Amino acid sequence: MIRINCPYCGERDHSEFSYGGDATINYPSLDASEKEWTEAIFFRKNIKGFQFETWHHSNGCRMWLVVERSTVTHEIKSVKPCHPDLQKVVENNK
Amino acid sequence: MKTRRIDNYGKINRDKILSFRWDKKDYKGFEGDTLASALLANNIGIVGRSFKYHRPRGIFSSGVEESGALVTIGSKDRRDPNVRATTQELYNGLEASGQNAFPNVNFDLAGINNYLGRFFAAGFYYKTFMGIPPLEWGRGTAIWMFFEKFIRKAAGMGSASELPDPDSYEHAHDFCDLIVVGSGPAGVAAAIEAAEKKLDVILVEQDSLVGGDQLAENNFDNSQIKNQLGNLGIKIMTRTTAFGLYDNCVVGLLERVTDHISAPNVNIPRQRFWTIRAKHIIVGAGAIERHIAFNNNDIPGVMTVNASKHYLNRYGVLTGKRIVIATNNDSVYETAHQLSEAGANVTVLDSRTNFEIETNKSFEIRKGYVPYNINGSKKIDSLDISKSETINKSETINCDQVLLSGGWSPAVHLLSHRGVKPKWDYNNACFLPSDTKENITMVGSSRGLWNKNDCIASGIAGTIDALNRLGISKTNYFFPKPGGWKNPIQPLYEVKNKKSRSKSFVDYQHDVTTDDVRLAHREGFISVEHLKRYTTLGMANDQGKMGNIIGLSLMADLLNKEIPEVGTTVFRPPYTPVSIGALSGRNVGKHFRPLRVTPMHQWNIDHGAKMIEVGLYQRPWYYPKKNETLSDSYIREASTVRKTVGICDVTSLGKIAIQGPDSTEFLNRIYSNDFSNLQVGKARYGIMLRDDGIVMDDGTSWRLAENEYFMTTSTGEAAKVMSWLEELLQTRWTDLNVNVTSVSEQWAGVSVAGPKSREVLNNCVDDSLVVTNNNLPFMGVTSTLLKGNIPCRIARISFSGELAFEVYVKSDFANTMMDLLWENTKKYEGCLYGLEALGALRVEKGHVTVAELDGRVTIDDAGLSKMASTKKSYIGSAMRKRGVLKNKDREILVGFFPTNLKETFNAGTIVCEKNNIKGQGIGRITSVTYSPELGHWIGLGFVKGGLDKWKDTNLVGADPVRNKQMNLKVVSPHMIDPKGERMYA
Ligand SMILES: [Zn+2]
Repeated sequence: MIRINCPYCGERDHSEFSYGGDATINYPSLDASEKEWTEAIFFRKNIKGFQFETWHHSNGCRMWLVVERSTVTHEIKSVKPCHPDLQKVVENNK
Repeated sequence: MKTRRIDNYGKINRDKILSFRWDKKDYKGFEGDTLASALLANNIGIVGRSFKYHRPRGIFSSGVEESGALVTIGSKDRRDPNVRATTQELYNGLEASGQNAFPNVNFDLAGINNYLGRFFAAGFYYKTFMGIPPLEWGRGTAIWMFFEKFIRKAAGMGSASELPDPDSYEHAHDFCDLIVVGSGPAGVAAAIEAAEKKLDVILVEQDSLVGGDQLAENNFDNSQIKNQLGNLGIKIMTRTTAFGLYDNCVVGLLERVTDHISAPNVNIPRQRFWTIRAKHIIVGAGAIERHIAFNNNDIPGVMTVNASKHYLNRYGVLTGKRIVIATNNDSVYETAHQLSEAGANVTVLDSRTNFEIETNKSFEIRKGYVPYNINGSKKIDSLDISKSETINKSETINCDQVLLSGGWSPAVHLLSHRGVKPKWDYNNACFLPSDTKENITMVGSSRGLWNKNDCIASGIAGTIDALNRLGISKTNYFFPKPGGWKNPIQPLYEVKNKKSRSKSFVDYQHDVTTDDVRLAHREGFISVEHLKRYTTLGMANDQGKMGNIIGLSLMADLLNKEIPEVGTTVFRPPYTPVSIGALSGRNVGKHFRPLRVTPMHQWNIDHGAKMIEVGLYQRPWYYPKKNETLSDSYIREASTVRKTVGICDVTSLGKIAIQGPDSTEFLNRIYSNDFSNLQVGKARYGIMLRDDGIVMDDGTSWRLAENEYFMTTSTGEAAKVMSWLEELLQTRWTDLNVNVTSVSEQWAGVSVAGPKSREVLNNCVDDSLVVTNNNLPFMGVTSTLLKGNIPCRIARISFSGELAFEVYVKSDFANTMMDLLWENTKKYEGCLYGLEALGALRVEKGHVTVAELDGRVTIDDAGLSKMASTKKSYIGSAMRKRGVLKNKDREILVGFFPTNLKETFNAGTIVCEKNNIKGQGIGRITSVTYSPELGHWIGLGFVKGGLDKWKDTNLVGADPVRNKQMNLKVVSPHMIDPKGERMYA
């Protein structure tokens, strides 16, 4: 029963969103090696506590968000747009 | 039979007589009765048979903790099993029957199980599973299979109706500042305090009446409380159970809207499933009285003390005439006094020797005595009692009722749902709620407060706690200390003489005895979680509300530990059972999923289409002419397309507008094949891989302008592809200037296929020059006008392998387009074709769909290696040949023919070598169809090593599910026109 405060839409029920995954991964360039890609997509941390993760407001504004959420309590500390330029816009409008 | 109803008692409405049926006989009760109180009033003692031993069972309680009086309510399609008679309100015409007995609860043939008790002891099922040693070690399932049907019949509860549920259910949502669970003194005090501080309050009560345990007081009238709550604007929800607490102060409620009404309005849902979002939760859920384990403590006539007080003061039913109360605490004395005042002969056995209690001496108190054994089988004849110091039968008291109070357990269940472990309180012999950081406060007797003033004080303190936590106030407060009795409770869970065998029930509903707990201990199941599962203690639908603590204390005793060291099991939602109907709400039948239709849906139906579900979409399946079967129809349709022309609604394909200066670069990264050089006015088939190198989807992209593309995806993957493109643009490639927009709903699409398709289009477009072979070559795209000035997009794309076009118009023009195309298609003796014919055409051609691209297949597996560019990097390119994906013997796309061309086969068939028909074989058939072109059945699928390896070998198609086998051979997947001469025509 998580609620996510979408920077564009306001607080919305988690049923409007789709879970993405680990938001801290730096995906390698397309021409990177198989090894680098394997690291990026298969070797993931299983964090107990706060983690940065992506959520897609799929039944809302369609924006991808970085959510800082506790995997233990579901407490959410922050929600930001994934796109860095949009992050800046949201920051400036605060 | 004499009634047990007595005058001048109870809050029932004696002017309103209700008729009801119990086990096929007619009885009467009053408005305000529960089924249990009406049964008791009618002197019906036996209301069920126990789970394993089929012992007669009576009514143990007056509330949700009931573990004996589980009955079936209603009949036919409204038959509802395992309903607690103690919470079922009586209504006129109610039909109820006892369970788990044949022919009835009074005379049950399976009562013989009672004498076979040692075979049904704890772990019976597990042992039967393992087999009877030493004969059957490791072969246990055989004996289980043999006995299963008998066991299931003998050890069951009521059975649900197998007919469709005629009632409707509803999901509802609400918000508030504070939700208060329970309308006893604590909950009401909390709600009033909060409403006076301007909080928006919802008060939830599982009972039909507000008041909580006060409803068992003889002079209690709740009208003043109700007025006060109403005047403060508090939303009162009665007949509503808070069944679970969830993250972020979400409370799940089940509101029983019409379960108490004889002929409910059909427009009103039977039950409502509420999701309430509160800022704070106050739980005043009360406490539950425990029983005491001793021999035959389940004979009908045994009840908790508090229950008899409820029956007397709320329902006007005196449950016994010669009553023995057995206790270890002070809570029973007021009841003893009232029962004797109402005319019963009362004796109290108190296990304690040293205590003072004020009474008017209207009943006898036997200090230092405990119940030892009940004599009787279907009713109580007498009670053997023992001194509490040394357990041995000392004398016998004639009685018709035994009331038990082994102490009280605060209802900490809801807090337990949040993972908060309760802590054991030695002074009060009960688990008390622990503190939590979440906005939940426990008040009243659910925090171990035994007197009313303390409960009221705790309610007010609870609201101050809530206000403080919500940042509204900063007020000091304190909760009263747990307890409140004059004399301390003396722990008493089981009365047993070590030498004698006994049947002392811990969990009435699952027939778990104290000996079962001992057996579990002897066999090593000593953790409480194991104890629970091995004995099934606390696993029935009462979830051990009465018996759990007794079981824990026994295990603690056996382990020489204290109860807190043994621990307690975790309570999980729901607090009381929630019907499947309420969980599903309106999401049943055709409302189970959203329905998607294309803009020409009605047009298709009007033209004879039979529809089929594809994902959420309704698509035309086939268009039968008179008397045609599905197979007649699709074969005719597919042949017509190959011979002349057919048109098919393809609107359900996903459609995405891709715009912006970096669109070409974007497509070139997401598709495995080259998109860097696609000219304006051309389309290209493309394949997308996932990051891990597996095929995600295929489709076409049309270059409409320098910086604008129109992408189509498969029907099923449309939403996934859209999210994927957005993810890439917003998270990974944030420097690309590209915008993606889903336009699936905006465009209606139709495929015009067959040798005459160009002629048809020619007649339909405004300017007939646009569709000539020169102006619109294979994979050409044009934006033009249909007759009547309808703007459209046409691409020369073929899925069928014939000369074919896809035509798209704005959705509003869909029907006009269909009329126009159909009128001209008919001129060439063409047809409308559906998904089945489309499937036949594409299988003949060897085109893959989601049946083949099932998330396990690489681009090479699908025989599409030439679609994987070697000149660029793209999503999945680094991974598509990783590890096992480069194995030589991977399953490769092939076609299949039956060796005997008269034979048929099914999708799902496993392909095996001739003398090695087992396991997963060497491949599988994914799609099959009758090929009108070839005149026999054909299939697409995969085989290890592909065509080259098995070209000339006879293989076997094994279809064990349908008990079928046939010989088959592997062929090229391109079963007709392999060079594509027709498409380019
Ligand atoms: Zn949003």
